Parts: sequence; structure tokens; C-alpha cells
Amino acid sequence: MLEMNDIQAGYGRTLVLHGVTLPSAKVVAVLGHNGAGKTTLLRAAIGLIKPRSGQVIFDGDDITTVPPNKRVARGMAYVPQGQQSFAQLTTMENLQLVADGRRRGKALIEQQFSRFPALEKFATRKAGLLSGGQRQQLAIARALITEPKMLILDEPTEGIQPTIVAEIEHTVMQLASEGLSVLLVEQHIGFALEAADKYLVLASGFASSTGEGGASAAEGVRVAMAI
Amino acid sequence: MPTRVRDPTLQNRLQNSAPNRERPHVDALIPPLLNGTALGALLLLAALGLTLTFGQMGVINMAHGEFIMAGAFIAYLTQLVVTSSNISIVLALPLAFLGAGLLGLLLEVGIIQWMYRRPLDTLLVTVGVSLILQQIALQIFPAQGVPVESPGWLDGQADILGYAWPLRQVFTIVLAALCLAALAAWLKYTSFGRRIRATVQNRDLAETSGIPTRTVDRITFFVGSGLAGVAGVAASLIGGTNSQMGTQYIIPAFLVVVAGGVGQIKGTVIAAWAVGIALSFFADWTTGSMAQVLAFVLVVIFLQFRPQGLFTVRTRGLT
Ligand SMILES: Nc1ncnc2c1ncn2[C@@H]1O[C@H](COP(=O)(O)OP(=O)(O)OP(=O)(O)O)[C@@H](O)[C@H]1O
Ligand SMILES: [Mg+2]
Repeated sequence: MLEMNDIQAGYGRTLVLHGVTLPSAKVVAVLGHNGAGKTTLLRAAIGLIKPRSGQVIFDGDDITTVPPNKRVARGMAYVPQGQQSFAQLTTMENLQLVADGRRRGKALIEQQFSRFPALEKFATRKAGLLSGGQRQQLAIARALITEPKMLILDEPTEGIQPTIVAEIEHTVMQLASEGLSVLLVEQHIGFALEAADKYLVLASGFASSTGEGGASAAEGVRVAMAI
Repeated sequence: MPTRVRDPTLQNRLQNSAPNRERPHVDALIPPLLNGTALGALLLLAALGLTLTFGQMGVINMAHGEFIMAGAFIAYLTQLVVTSSNISIVLALPLAFLGAGLLGLLLEVGIIQWMYRRPLDTLLVTVGVSLILQQIALQIFPAQGVPVESPGWLDGQADILGYAWPLRQVFTIVLAALCLAALAAWLKYTSFGRRIRATVQNRDLAETSGIPTRTVDRITFFVGSGLAGVAGVAASLIGGTNSQMGTQYIIPAFLVVVAGGVGQIKGTVIAAWAVGIALSFFADWTTGSMAQVLAFVLVVIFLQFRPQGLFTVRTRGLT
């Protein structure tokens, strides 16, 4: 679904990614230490930064120069790191924002309410006043309302209380089993490998190792990350 | 109905605003209070567009005053076609909104879209645009300005709270209140409004949520400029309509924007009223241009204590 070939990207004059190629699979996990370039890779995937070289191909089309909002229209959805939401908008407005103009907009919102009941409960509350876990659920709900073919998640369980972590992990596994393509950045190696068909380890902007997912891969990944 | 000769400058307008003669015992503070409220309403219409575009795109548009001028000239042109001033002024309002809005859109698409988040560059370039627009107006219309006839239903005064208010000033205040209410409702309840608020709060998140933020920017620019056009129609009824008229509103309008807190509608309303009243009082004591200087000093002193304006500027998503 998503191909990223030999991506070089960075900020200003500093290069962060030195030619990274994404393994192709339904569910791909990207692992690596803080500052390895995981978020940078996802920002290039959704179009928030333009790669200096390399190609991004989605569904067979070269989208390297397509702006983010048009990538969303093509079926990509992005949940950025850090439980981001429109803090001054209510929970409901956050969802309406993406449901506006969709034929089944109302039904799509209802569907997310049944997936994340907390969102219905706090529908009229400003998103900035939700807990971190609820904001993350809101971010995932916003992404799913766009009816994506592929979901890009940047550390969805980072800094969230354990009960909600389990819920979010369950949601991700469920979506993947329903056939949604997933690109997942995750520090929690156990969960990442359980979800992933293939993994990629980033180290200082280089692809240091890739392979098949599954629990048996854990040892190899730990070794690769120790380097 | 006799054609009124209107004062060409804000300065004269403020000096000539007659004290209330029907009730000589009335406190001398009342007339500048009324004038100030009407002027504040005008400044509000001008400042709303500025604060929206500055808050959303980091653009300082010095040509905004010329959108006011465009609105005033559109009121005049409407009057040439529809001679009954009773009707033409009502027609002029939407036409001025559209005309000034399109002018703003042209500026955005032609120049400003390349300079987002570079306030200083936009300031310099739009000062140039402002001078060009003034020159164009001077080529088309006589240098001494054109008369815009006030409709019959705005002649005379209304008795409000025991004081006689000139109807044209009441009209300006009502017009500003209606525009403010419409803008606030549009931002709060429509899908366009949600998109604008989302874009202001976190542009990257809006873009990756599928919102075409560049289109949203253009709509904001159109609406903000259109409001200046509406202000121009009101200004044409109170002051003179000429190529220079934009210059007398732009500085006070910017004072309102910074004093109110960039992007803050509530703060803008209060600041517009305060600056309008301050200008009217100062103009009673000194000249109009001295009043602008004094208001400027007052706002600078105020900003020493509250650099963020009356209300805190929203934090925006980083990157
Ligand atoms: N906006 C930016 N401007 C300049 N440099 C940046 C910017 N964002 C990230 N970097 C740098 O790029 C490198 C990679 O950052 P990135 O956010 O991709 O790491 P990461 O793997 O996502 O880390 P984490 O696990 O902490 O989220 C870091 O050295 C970081 O300092
Ligand atoms: Mg990161």
C-alpha cells in the first residue's frame, strides 16, 4: 500500500534520514531510540516534510509532492505523536471537523462513539480538558472518520495510563485484523512486534535492521537497537 | 434634499462633531462618548479582518485601509447607478463586501501567499500595495473626493437614553454589531468556521486531518477584507470619500488589534471601543492627528503592562 524508497529528509540544513526504505507489508512497525528519526519518517509519509530525495508511493501513485490534505483524501490517516487535538474545539467539534462534507458523517461519528464511549460522554467538553488517553482516543477517532485505507500512528500509547493503553492496543490490533494497513511507531517492542507483519529498526537516521514481525523477532530487534 | 459636503479627514470630522445642543445642561463628556462609540464601531469593522488574517497567517496587511476606501467608493458608484440613496446604501453593503473581499483575495493569491509567517515582509510589500491602490483611486476619482449622499432615513437623530444620537452614528454602531454577531455565529456554528478555528489552533494537525488549509486561508482573507469594505460604506456616510481615507483608519485599527490581543475577537471589541473613545476625547482637546499620536502612546504604555493584549494569545501547535 505505502512504499517509501531511499528517503533522505531533514529540517533546514540538517539531514535526519539518510536513505531509508520502508519494508512493504500490511502492518509495519518502526522501532528505534529517541531521536532516531521515526517521527521524521512518518512526517515524510504524510507530507508534512518534503524528502530531499527518494519517493513516496501510495496505492501505486507517486505522491512525493502531494500536500497532506490530499493524501488524506486518497486514504491516508495520521495520528501524530503527543495526543494532539484542537484544544479550543469541543470533542464533538473535533469530530465534526473531519466528518463535515462526508455523506455518512453522522453515522461515522456514532461509530466512533461506540468504539470510544468516553468521547460521547465528554462530547461537549473542550478537547484541551480531556485526559491524555481520551485525547489520544479522540485523535484516533478523527483519523478513522476519514475512512482511511491506511493508518499512520506515532507512538499511540506513549505517556498514557495503563488501562487506556490496553484499550488502544486492542483497537490497533482489531483495525489491523479488519484489513486496515498500519504504519506504527512504537517504543513498546512487545506490542509492536505482535501487531507487525514486518519491522524496521532506525538508528541515527539509518535503517539498521528489518525483518518479519512476531514474538520471535524480539531478540533480533533488541540486538539491533543496542548497536 | 441638499447634498452635504463632507469633511475630508477624520480630524475635521472629530472636531466638528457638535456637542449636543438640544440639551445644553448635558455633561460635556457625552458627545465624545457618542462619537467615540461610533468611531469605535468603525474601527471594529476594520480591525476584525486584520486580527483574523494576522492571527491565522501572520500577515500584516497595510493595504487593509485601502479596502475601506474601496468600500466607500463602491458606495459612491452604487449611488451613480441606483440614484435613490435610500436604496443604494443598502445595496452598497453587500457589493462593498464582495468588492473589497475580491480585492483582498487578489492580494492573497497574487502576493501574500508567498510570504506567510513573515510579518515584516508582508508589512513592507503591502505598504507598497497600499500606495499603488491610492494612486489608482486618484486616477479614477477626483482628488478632493466624491460625495456619498446619506439616505433620508439616516437624517436626524434618535432619542436614546435621553440623549439625541445622530442616526448615521447609530447606523454605524448597529451595522458593526450585526457584522460582529454574524461573524461570531459563522465561526462558531458553520463548517467553514470550524475549519478556520482549527487552522488557527494547529495548522499541521488541520492539514493532516484533511483540511485544505490554503483554501481556508483564502476564505479568511476574503471575509476579513470584505468586512473592511462594509466599514468603508459606513465611513463614506460619516467622513469624506477620497483616495487618502484609508490612511486615517489603518493605524488606529492596528492599535485595536494589538491592544485587543491578536486573533481575539472579544478583546478586539473592547479595544475598538476604548481606542474610539480615546481618539474622540483627545480630538476634542487637540487636533485629530495629535489625537492619533496620543492614542498610540496610550496603547504603547498599555502594552508595557500587558504585552499579550487584553486577552492572552492562544498557544499554537509548534513546528
Ligand atoms: N522541527 C525540527 N527541526 C529541527 N530538527 C528536528 C526537528 N524535529 C526533529 N528534529 C531532529 O531530528 C532528529 C530526529 O527526530 P525525530 O522526532 O524524528 O525522532 P524520533 O525517532 O521520533 O524520536 P522520539 O522517540 O523521541 O519521538 C532529532 O535529532 C531531532 O532533534
Ligand atoms: Mg517521535
